[in-house]
Amino acid sequence: MKGAGQKLLVVLLAALLVTGCSSRSTRSDDAQGRATVEDRSMGQTGADADSGAQSSALPGGTDLSASALNDPASPLAVRIIYFDYDSANIRSDSSDTLAAHAAFLAANPTLSVTLEGHADERGSREYNLALGERRALAVRRQLVLLGASAGQVRSVSYGEERPAVDGHDDESYSLNRRVELVY
Amino acid sequence: MFSIRSREIPRRVARAALALVLFAAATAGAAEELTIRIEEGVASALPIAVVPFATVGDAETPLDIAAIVRADLARSGQFATMPPEGMPSQPATFSAINFKDWRVLGMENLVIGKLLRAPEGGYVVEFRVVDVYKGKQLMGYRVPTTAANLRLTAHHVSDLVYERLLGERGAFSTRIAYITVEKKAPGTSLYRLQIADADGYDPHTILESTQPLMSPTWAPDGSRLAYVSFEDRNSAIWLQDLRTGERKKIIAGEGINSAPAFAPDGQRLAVTLSRDGNPEIYLYHLGNGNLRRLTNHPAIDTEANWAPDGRSIVFTSDRGGGPQIYRVDVDGGRAERVTFNMGNYNARARYSPDGRRLAVVHGDKGGYHIAVVDLASNDFQVLTNARLDESPSFAPNGSMIIYATMGPGGTELAATSTDGRLKQRLATQRGEVREPAWGPFRD
Repeated sequence: MKGAGQKLLVVLLAALLVTGCSSRSTRSDDAQGRATVEDRSMGQTGADADSGAQSSALPGGTDLSASALNDPASPLAVRIIYFDYDSANIRSDSSDTLAAHAAFLAANPTLSVTLEGHADERGSREYNLALGERRALAVRRQLVLLGASAGQVRSVSYGEERPAVDGHDDESYSLNRRVELVY
Repeated sequence: MFSIRSREIPRRVARAALALVLFAAATAGAAEELTIRIEEGVASALPIAVVPFATVGDAETPLDIAAIVRADLARSGQFATMPPEGMPSQPATFSAINFKDWRVLGMENLVIGKLLRAPEGGYVVEFRVVDVYKGKQLMGYRVPTTAANLRLTAHHVSDLVYERLLGERGAFSTRIAYITVEKKAPGTSLYRLQIADADGYDPHTILESTQPLMSPTWAPDGSRLAYVSFEDRNSAIWLQDLRTGERKKIIAGEGINSAPAFAPDGQRLAVTLSRDGNPEIYLYHLGNGNLRRLTNHPAIDTEANWAPDGRSIVFTSDRGGGPQIYRVDVDGGRAERVTFNMGNYNARARYSPDGRRLAVVHGDKGGYHIAVVDLASNDFQVLTNARLDESPSFAPNGSMIIYATMGPGGTELAATSTDGRLKQRLATQRGEVREPAWGPFRD
């Protein structure tokens, strides 16, 4: 969806954070004693990011072209890998999805993906942060094993801090134990 | 949209015997106060009547001091407080007490007092603790204060009454830090780091972010908080000065950067980092920035907490299969397992202030509860019985444990006496409240 545009955004974001940092110290002296850092990349990546991705001419067959990311019928449209309770094992029902993403990354070496690892809300939060990372790293290993290069795959854990659904039942928990692939 | 804001809290200093750093109510903003509901009481509580304080001269009553003291003492679970409506009289001086009336009611102790205008502005709170059966005064104090500090002064009165009657220091004038989460729209939440009095009043937002905030932890002197913020699209450990609002990112990098825990000397933090490929405990020196790896195991090692003597830490590790608590010397060496024969899930240990017990998150068939482990005997007691209890934190006097529990509208704070007999909820009207951290004594 975002593709190469994401890289530009990352650079842009880094720049914003740098300026944010430098303004923070000055702003902390303002009347209300607040420091403010803002960037507007999150959730507002729509049009620019998409056009950025599409304007990049990338090698690869039709199925694995960068625009395949925007095809709802492509196996690449599946971007969430689910896990069992207290487990980071890749389930067999995820192998095809991960194989497709690995082949896509291999065919598009300039693209990269961020793996966001998540846990359900049960148990302690910091342990769950580590569990989320373990899941993201398991997906990363699988993608690299299947052809992606290590430099294309970044992982980040949110633990139980960003649930996909708000419920407190087994169904919700199974939807929250996940790794999201974010291009 | 991504934003993060930190706030300075204005400081005022009380002028007299109880000189303290205080936070004014002016910056409370839209923060919602926590309301307290006592769920289970204690039968053996000590009967006490806190008589409404008289006002002298032109001292208007900006605050009902006796009501705050009464609520504090009731909240401890150690006292059965008499409502003012049931009192036979409302004496403000020792000579005005009719002891017979109170003895008939079985009231063992009285707290009486006055609020006076100080000549140079401000107030003086005068109070006495009286033994009804002996007919004598046990304690009397005059405490100078200001209008802005009256609530804190009331908590100090509670501390003094508690200590005089129970022989243990009171912790009513302490503060708690916690995280709130408010859903703004699907997929958009506002995370706040707040500080409030231990009774939930006077909340201040000291940081606001659209990205998750986690793991607030107090410096031993109460001047700073360390916490985890995701504002850089990954976990990073930050330090924030509570007086100036100034904040600094101290540890970031590849992998998770989490679970900060101050050493008792305030100079070092134990943290969990996975920069070397796997979550391990590191010691970070705040003065010189040195980072030393303490654990080395392919399992998850996280959630460090320092023993009060500063010589060892406990942490959570799943090296034995499921998460259990381990202890390691801060100079290194082999980690030894602490939790045995208490189920398959024990995590996020916190030492009691005397170092003899650990509060942990204990998982069993019924869910996740707060349990206390006695380190000498290895006995453990499950204190809470809801389905999703987490994040226990001891009061600095060891009498209570505050924790997070699932309420009807999301996560709420709750507190239990260390023996599990008294339970109470602290809830806001909207949003989630979680990860409470009980601050140190303020002195």
